[in-house]
Parts: sequence; C-alpha cells; structure tokens
Amino acid sequence: MVGKTYALYLKDFHSEMRTRYAVNSLVMFIIVAISVILFSIGNEKITQSLTSGLFWVVIFFSAMSGLARAFVSEEERGTSLLLHLIAAPSTIFSGKLLFNLILVFCMNIIIAILYTGLFDAFIIRNFGLFVVSFILGNIGLAVSSTIIAAIISKAGAKGTLYPVLSFPILLPLILTCVQLTLLANQGSSFADAQFELAIVFCYDVIMLTGSYMLFDFVWKD
Amino acid sequence: MIWKITLFIILAFVSIAGIAFPIVPVPHTWYEFPLIPGLKENAKIIFFHVPTAWLSVIAFLMSTIYSIQYLRKKDLDDDAKSYAASQLGIIFCILATVTGAVWAKFAWGSFWSWDPRQTSIFALLLIYGAWFALRSSIESEEKRATLSAVYSIIAFLTVPFFVFIMPRIMLGLHPGSEEIEGGKVVQSSSPVIDFKMNGNMLLVFFLSLIGFTILYFWMWNLGYKSILLKEKLNKQSIT
Repeated sequence: MVGKTYALYLKDFHSEMRTRYAVNSLVMFIIVAISVILFSIGNEKITQSLTSGLFWVVIFFSAMSGLARAFVSEEERGTSLLLHLIAAPSTIFSGKLLFNLILVFCMNIIIAILYTGLFDAFIIRNFGLFVVSFILGNIGLAVSSTIIAAIISKAGAKGTLYPVLSFPILLPLILTCVQLTLLANQGSSFADAQFELAIVFCYDVIMLTGSYMLFDFVWKD
Repeated sequence: MIWKITLFIILAFVSIAGIAFPIVPVPHTWYEFPLIPGLKENAKIIFFHVPTAWLSVIAFLMSTIYSIQYLRKKDLDDDAKSYAASQLGIIFCILATVTGAVWAKFAWGSFWSWDPRQTSIFALLLIYGAWFALRSSIESEEKRATLSAVYSIIAFLTVPFFVFIMPRIMLGLHPGSEEIEGGKVVQSSSPVIDFKMNGNMLLVFFLSLIGFTILYFWMWNLGYKSILLKEKLNKQSIT
C-alpha cells in the first residue's frame, strides 16, 4: 500500500510539474492576497492579534484556491475510472492526501516567510511553538480539504462550493490556530499553549479517521 | 390525537406562563417568578430561545443518524428523513439566532458579540447552508444522498469542538461559560445553568422543552412523509 501511495503521489507530482498549473496559480494567489492586505492596511499600525488572524485568512483562501485540484482534475480528465481499477480507495486517498500535504506545506512556508518579511507586527518569538502548531495546523488543513475536495469533485458548481463546504469544517481548526500563532508571536511558552495544541492534535486525529472511513462512500459510485 | 391535545395544552400553558406570569422580587403565589438580578423581564427568553436552539441541535443529530443509516442500507427513505430533519433544523437555527440576537441587544447591549455559543450557532447555520448548497448542486438522487450524508457526518465531527472546547478558550456571556471576575478567569456563576431557577420556572422551562420537542417530531413526521409522497407522485407522472 505504501508503494502504491507513493506511486500515486509521483503521478500527481509529475502531471503537476508538466503544467505547473496549481503551483503557478497558488504562488500568484498568495502574492495577490498579501498585497491586497498590505494596500488596505496602508500606514496603519496593526496589532499582533490582527496579523495572526490575517495570516490564517491568507492560508485559508490559498488552500481553497489550490487544493481542490487533486480530485477535480481526475474528474475533468475522466481518469477517475482508471484509478478505480488500479488501487483501493484508501490508497487513493493516501496518495492525494500526501500530495496535498506537501502542497500545503510549501504554500504555508512561503506565506510565513512573506509575512515575517512584510509585516512589522509578525515576529515569531517562540519558534518551537510556531513550528509545532504550524505542522499540526497544516495537517488538519490538508486532511479536511482533501476529503471536501473528494466530495465536490462529484458535484456541480465546484469552484464556489469548495470554500462554502470547507469553512464550517475548518472553523475550529482556524480559530485555534489563530490563537496559537498569536501565542507564538507573543513568545508564550509551551505550557501556556498546551490546551490549544491538544485541540489541534485531536482535530487532526478525528478528521483523519473520519475521512478514511467515509472516503469509500464518496469514491464508489 | 392524544398527542396533539397534549401538545396543545403544553404549548398553550407555556406561552401564557412564559409571557404573562409576572416577575417579582419575592414570589408569594405559584404563578410568580423570582427576580434574577441584572436580567429582570429579559429572563423570560429562556422559555422560547433555549428550546429553539435545542431543537436545531436535535435536528442536526437526527440528520446525521439518518445519514449514517443511509450509508449502511442505501435506502432513499432514510435520505428523505435526514432531509426533513435538516429542513426543520435550519428553521429552528435561524429562529434561535434571531431571538438570541434581538435579546442580546437589550440585555448585553449589542446584537452580536462572538460569544462561544454565538460562534457555534453561526457555524451550525453555515453547516446547514453548505449542506443545502451541496444538495442543490447534485442532479442524481443516489449521488446526492450519499455525498450529503458524508458531508453531514464530517460536519458532525466538528460538534465536540464547538460544544465543549470553544467555551473554554473564548470568554463568553452565556451562562456556563468562563468570564472575567476581578481580573481572573473563572467559571461563570450565572443563576440559569446552575438551575438556581426556582421550581415553577424550572417547570415551565422543561414543559417548554418537552412541548417544542413533540412539536418538532410531529413536524418532522409530516415533513418526511410529504417528501416521500412527492417523490412517489413524480415517479408516477414520469411513467
């Protein structure tokens, strides 16, 4: 199963490298979103809590613009039937999840670097806490958006439906991650953020289990 | 029939008692409610607002249970039941949000203040909205039933976060949430959730909950039957 998962990931990776559709549009999306925020701020001094909120706003909308590709592209190119033949549903989900995870990590590292460079209030004071919360948050984001992507790939009006369906599912994650980013930027210790970290960890585990159990139903027509 | 008469009596009593019974500082007779400091007449919302919020959650739970049932048995009747539950759920959810917001204007000074309970009811509204949007975008009946069932189960997985966790990490105004007292965050000592309501208030409150729940099940029963009939008629007109 691990080999097949990796093979599926490689397939997605190569087809992505051929067109660079998702990567190009994602990078441009991030730049556009951050510049809109920078223009609207102007010369205002913004607080730390606002910056950590805006940080996750950009992450959420970038994820919504890029992550649906994983399943939508299969439906558009009509290759989903072939995938049915060669692999079990859980393997397919793992492959897509791996691809989305790597995409989310690359995307969010770019966003984090741009934020530290461009926003005065965005200074990571407790780097360890930031990294841990960043990793846990990204895993949750990737898992939820992958299963929602699988759902909308079978529905009509894919583009608009994706953020609508994802937002309520991601809301607990985003609220806690905003809090965690704020704590990391204020330089709080791990002990202060214990409860929030536990929430994000639980969210990851619950969503991962739920997605694996439910993906079979979405995938089999 | 007996259920309808019981329901009529309960709801008539609750409406009269909830609205008309006076609130006095020291109650003497059985129809007088005690004064809750800071709330005064506003306290009466508990008889109508809490049942609507309760029902929007019950409807969500039922919708999820029938979704699970559908995924197990693939019976389209279960999908109709889940759909009827959600239709009622969104109505009660809107009612709870609106009554809560109007009340909050008078009691807390603003329509909306992102208290944890308000955040969760807002998320519930969004979930219902997204669920109906998803349903309307799928043509095929079976596909629609399966995908909306999966979505409602995934959405249900987030409920523990809203119910148990949000009130702990955010400060709140509702009874039972944490609040700041003398610079320290403490568990709220509000009279309502500790059931420091006096006996007759509790009686009206629970009667109201029971009455609204019966009303909900009656409406749900009619709702899903009418959905099934509609489908039957559609099929007949096609053939």
